[in-house]
Amino acid sequence: MSADSRRGTDPGPTDSGSTDTTAADPQSSRWYDAEAGPVVRPYAMTRGRTSSASRHRLDLIALVVPEPAAEDPGRDQTLAPEHVTIVELCSDAPQSIAELAAELDLPVGVVRVLVGDLVEDELVHVTRPVPPAELPDVNILREVINGLRAL
Amino acid sequence: MAFGRSSRVKQRPVEPVTLKILVAGGFGVGKTTAVGAVSEIRPLRTEERLSEAGRPVDDLEGVESKTTTTVAMDFGRITVREDLVLYLFGTPGQDRFWFLWDELAQGALGAVVLADTRRLEDCFAAVDYFERRRIPFTVAVNCFEGAGQFPAETVQAALDLDPEVPVLLCDARDRSSVRDVLIAVVEHALERAARDGRPVAT
Repeated sequence: MSADSRRGTDPGPTDSGSTDTTAADPQSSRWYDAEAGPVVRPYAMTRGRTSSASRHRLDLIALVVPEPAAEDPGRDQTLAPEHVTIVELCSDAPQSIAELAAELDLPVGVVRVLVGDLVEDELVHVTRPVPPAELPDVNILREVINGLRAL
Repeated sequence: MAFGRSSRVKQRPVEPVTLKILVAGGFGVGKTTAVGAVSEIRPLRTEERLSEAGRPVDDLEGVESKTTTTVAMDFGRITVREDLVLYLFGTPGQDRFWFLWDELAQGALGAVVLADTRRLEDCFAAVDYFERRRIPFTVAVNCFEGAGQFPAETVQAALDLDPEVPVLLCDARDRSSVRDVLIAVVEHALERAARDGRPVAT
């Protein structure tokens, strides 16, 4: 998601007469370093997959919680470094999909696929956020109000 | 340090209930600022410099000094209790990113529509969006320096809002001001839940 939208606003390398501050000098209006985007394109990390095997679409605020088997994710040689990083990030405190995407600087779609792999391997499980038809009930809302007042 | 690690895993972390509130409004109205003011974490964001490509599209009148705009997710977190976490999502400000809204709105507890009285029409789309989906929302007028100050009733009438929709004046830079806006949203959601006897989330 973020990569796609970012691409839409990057100052183009060939924009002639651009007055944008990042491209003040037309001779230097080339993409260097971080400007050029990631060396490995995001969906290469998922081997081209855009959806995971898990049936559920993971909500942005679904929390990723490590299973006991995730104690040493480095031992599983089939995991990519990004998988290992996700498990490590979650082992201190459960992280939401949105937080993982921001932390890893990867599109949410990529994080969903990687987390789906970890669920498949039973290294993590994912909390289901409040299902639309059931909660949040009025008690939870009251607790939120009280909690905010105490801030 | 095998000891430290295994003891951490044995003690399973609590699994909090997560909720979300959206912060919507026109381009440059202060959504990112508002999220940052109350978030306990460094607001996680993808901000990109507004490029030449966006210049014909993004109307900068009244916000000429703004040089960056949020084009993607932008969110913060408030841990209400150990087992209750509130996430705030700033919605993309420009019309051409509306396709991102439906996912953000899914399961949202409520929304804040930030308004700027100099460009009130910018928030029409957001108001309309939440009205149609019956997502409880409040309108918060971000009091910019140099913008005319209008009483909340005037803004309510100008936006032709349902009388039950709370309208507040706020300062998006101020933590307690934004917190009060969030409390108003949740109270509004609570009132509606109690009245309708139906679930709040949509």
